[in-house]
Amino acid sequence: MVVYKKSFADHVFEIFNTLLMILLMVITAYPFLYVLFASLSDPNKFIAHSGILMYPLDTTLASFKAVMNNPNIWIGYKNTIFIVGVGTSINLLMTCVGAYFLSRTGPMLKKPIMFLITITMFVDGGLIPNYILVRDLNLYNTIWALIIPGAISTYNMIIMRTMFQSIPASLEESARIDGAGEWTILFKLILTLSIPTIAVIGLFYAVGPWNSWFSANIYLRDKQKFPLQLVLRNIIIQNDVDEMTMGSSFGNSYAMSFTIKYATVIVATVPILVLYPWIQKYFVKGVMIGSLKG
Amino acid sequence: MAPKKTFFQRLIFDLNRYKYLYIFFALPVVIYYVVFKYVPLYGLQIAFKDYKITKEFWECAWVGFKHFEKFFTGMYFTRTVGNTLIISFLNLIFGFPAPIVFALLLNEVQNQKFKKVVQTVTYLPHFVSLVVICGLIVSFSAKDGLFNTIIAWFGGTKNDLLMSKAAFRPIYILSGIWAGFGWGSIIYLSALAGVDQEQYEAAYIDGAKRFQRMIYITLPGILPTIVIKLIMEIGSMMSVGSEKILLLYSPLTYEVADVVSTYVYRKGLEDNDYSYSTAVGLFNSVINIILLTFANTVSRRLTDTSLW
Repeated sequence: MVVYKKSFADHVFEIFNTLLMILLMVITAYPFLYVLFASLSDPNKFIAHSGILMYPLDTTLASFKAVMNNPNIWIGYKNTIFIVGVGTSINLLMTCVGAYFLSRTGPMLKKPIMFLITITMFVDGGLIPNYILVRDLNLYNTIWALIIPGAISTYNMIIMRTMFQSIPASLEESARIDGAGEWTILFKLILTLSIPTIAVIGLFYAVGPWNSWFSANIYLRDKQKFPLQLVLRNIIIQNDVDEMTMGSSFGNSYAMSFTIKYATVIVATVPILVLYPWIQKYFVKGVMIGSLKG
Repeated sequence: MAPKKTFFQRLIFDLNRYKYLYIFFALPVVIYYVVFKYVPLYGLQIAFKDYKITKEFWECAWVGFKHFEKFFTGMYFTRTVGNTLIISFLNLIFGFPAPIVFALLLNEVQNQKFKKVVQTVTYLPHFVSLVVICGLIVSFSAKDGLFNTIIAWFGGTKNDLLMSKAAFRPIYILSGIWAGFGWGSIIYLSALAGVDQEQYEAAYIDGAKRFQRMIYITLPGILPTIVIKLIMEIGSMMSVGSEKILLLYSPLTYEVADVVSTYVYRKGLEDNDYSYSTAVGLFNSVINIILLTFANTVSRRLTDTSLW
């Protein structure tokens, strides 16, 4: 091991590099802190204030109360949890089943089926043909329109197949000699050995519907069915805050509309921020798995 | 010697031997792909027809390239294709190198704990939904928002930035870099970890300075990763983040912000002009595939690195 001796230029570089990294952290994190401070501020003080915020102005939970009293937020949460829960289960089941078939070496039709699947990574019907399909299947304005068309991600299925293929064939042979059938081999052997990969892929699937607003925007009409992100879009981007500012104790509903939007962002982002320190490393791992595949 | 079995006989034998695999494993997946991937491809035919929502595909008359001609000769062709290419190029020039430069600099940080903290903080925007990020952009760009406060410090005048034609693209590109540079660096950091340490030691003994080591050892070490990323980036040039643009643009900024995919959305789902919208979308996909193939071929010739 060579011991590096640092020159004067090295020290200067390191100081500047460290300062730059700190600056980048501030730039990344400050907008979120600003949102937090703004959401806790007195609406009238906040609107009169100009400049950056370093702490909440006259801390009050008024904006949060207004958000909590908005039923749309909770409807959104309920729908999103359903979509994420049911959707991810279907995703994982279909992906494992498909990946298992594609990891077999015997069947003659495996190669043609693999080809049929790979093609779809490069060509796509596009917006309108997919829309017509959803309508023709009577999925329009049902929550299933957000779940079933995305049941399998080809990319994830190929990663899963690669994982399955890396399991030594000898393990499977001995299981077969002991009389195990396809389902036993899949569930008792292959899935048990692949749990870490499955967890990562499950997380990747779950993030999709959690963050998605676009499909809901084109496929859903009833407000009762809107997932959280679409509710959020209506509040923070299309400024649909009248319901919440009405009858506010601050009188100034214009001022209130600002802090309410920030409080909405906090309410909708808190679950992720709480989970973030724990799930971060699995996502990083997922990126690595994906890059190894190529 | 037994006569050689025909293909058909072998297929029957194979189907019978693996019947459980085919019925329970292959069939559900094949059905999914046929219904949700191939039926929409079949539906692309409406780009060459006059499709009405009340009719079936086969009841509609063929009209050839009518919808394509309408798009190519209309005013929206230059605007949407131009905006798509300009925004993609800006993204390629400013957005693409950002995570690479960040990974190279982060790699020079010696203190492992500090490095972890920097990573944890800069990955954060990746975990926040697009709607929330766009919500922040909208609020901060408003006349009394955070961006304008900062602009006013530097003596600028306040105005609603998302309504301004000059500000839309910079906001789009910069916010993209802000949200993506940390997360985008992961793939380069993992490539950096694979660079042979002995090369650094040898270079150090030969008197190579830090900057020289970065240029002559680190950069070539991650070049294959950069090339793969670049191919994928070029291959998706025509599909620039339409969801983000849909969330941020408004009729006031259509002139600089309207890209092909947002136009497809408006024509198809707001004006219900299904056939025309499908034709424009199909044109876009074809260009995308051509670009991807082109980038892949060039890269295979020049660097031996390619997607296929």
